[in-house]
Amino acid sequence: MTQTETTRLEACGLECTRDDRILFSQLDFTLASGQALLLEGRNGSGKTSLLRILCGIRLPDEGSICWNGTDISRLGPDYHQHTSYVGHRDGNKLDLTPLENLATARALGKANDITLQAALEKVDLYGFEDVPTRNLSAGQQRRLALARLLVTDALLWILDEPFTSLDVHGIAVIEELLEQHTARGGMLAVTSHHTVNLDNSRVLRINLSA
Amino acid sequence: MNTDSLTRAFVVLIRRDLLLAVRRRAEMANPLLFFILVTSLFPLSIGANPTLLQAVAPGIIWVAALLAALLSLDSVFRSDFEDGSLEQYLLSSHPVSVLVLAKIIAHWLITGLPLLLVSPLLGVLLGLPVTGIKTLFITLLLGTPVLSLIGAVGVALTVGLRKGGMILSLLVLPLYIPLLIFASSAVDSAAAGLPVTAHLSLIAALLVLALSLSPFATAAALRVSLS
Repeated sequence: MTQTETTRLEACGLECTRDDRILFSQLDFTLASGQALLLEGRNGSGKTSLLRILCGIRLPDEGSICWNGTDISRLGPDYHQHTSYVGHRDGNKLDLTPLENLATARALGKANDITLQAALEKVDLYGFEDVPTRNLSAGQQRRLALARLLVTDALLWILDEPFTSLDVHGIAVIEELLEQHTARGGMLAVTSHHTVNLDNSRVLRINLSA
Repeated sequence: MNTDSLTRAFVVLIRRDLLLAVRRRAEMANPLLFFILVTSLFPLSIGANPTLLQAVAPGIIWVAALLAALLSLDSVFRSDFEDGSLEQYLLSSHPVSVLVLAKIIAHWLITGLPLLLVSPLLGVLLGLPVTGIKTLFITLLLGTPVLSLIGAVGVALTVGLRKGGMILSLLVLPLYIPLLIFASSAVDSAAAGLPVTAHLSLIAALLVLALSLSPFATAAALRVSLS
């Protein structure tokens, strides 16, 4: 990862409404490389909506998101090559094997040179390469979805409740990956009901219910 | 480098969809069986009068192909929408329209191509003369990709709705009408020994038009559906 010193994601005056209800407004923050944005708030406070806005799937009702000073809606794929998103839904094809799922994920993004087996090993799915994803447990499927983060060169990881259905051990494994990512200069935007153990100096907390 | 990885993404997506189709064979066979069954019901219901059958054959085969395509359309994006893969396409570092084109081509290979391959048999079943069968084949060759291309726009628009099936038919069927008219009249003319170049050129023009516009429209519609 080069160019890490200069990379930053800025949100200016974001507003999001749903069914005439304002979820949040006048939201500003700047996320620099090596920082993690931790979104907190009650159910329905707009955490997922904010993440989808950060991805560029959803447009904010007001305000804008800028990647190194350029609006992300104008960057399109040039922005998406730097991002990797794991949402509520895993995005795995249940009829494919974990390896086939990862191969697709890699082809869709900016591929790096870690082997797919190594990525599976990092999320503790070694030995499950050729099992249909349908036969994996919910926690294993979640880990497979998170393994997508490892096979592309994305700088910004956008994670919606990454720890859902993971056991204590799985949570520790993923936390370590997040820690390594920020230590390498990567950026994170995470919502979680589980406390995320990250180096506090790098964490930016925003509470949407406040 | 960049076009390289784009080509790879294109090929990987097509291969992935074909692989999924092979693993879910029953779903793949549905539209084809529907096509064959509907077509073979007509001789049973309107009687085995060869002149009558030959006269209605182009219309029957084309309407059946159109309905079979409509039946299979939902599969272009529905399952991807439900398991979250669709979001991943939109967030890809490649242009969405190119990825969408790969999905449409895969859909045609899975549903359009089998229809095309059995159509000569159905032509024989309904007593079409050889020139008619040849033209039927060419119209289906040019026309079934149009069905997938136009249909994809409709599916992309309705994929976010829980009961999109009815709206999908209402959206897409009117757009299929020009194709239906030119294709069945081409087969009619061929069976009557008339030249069909004009018809075929018009269908080819429809194909080119759909091929150049549909991926962009589908990509835009997907963005609307997911936001």
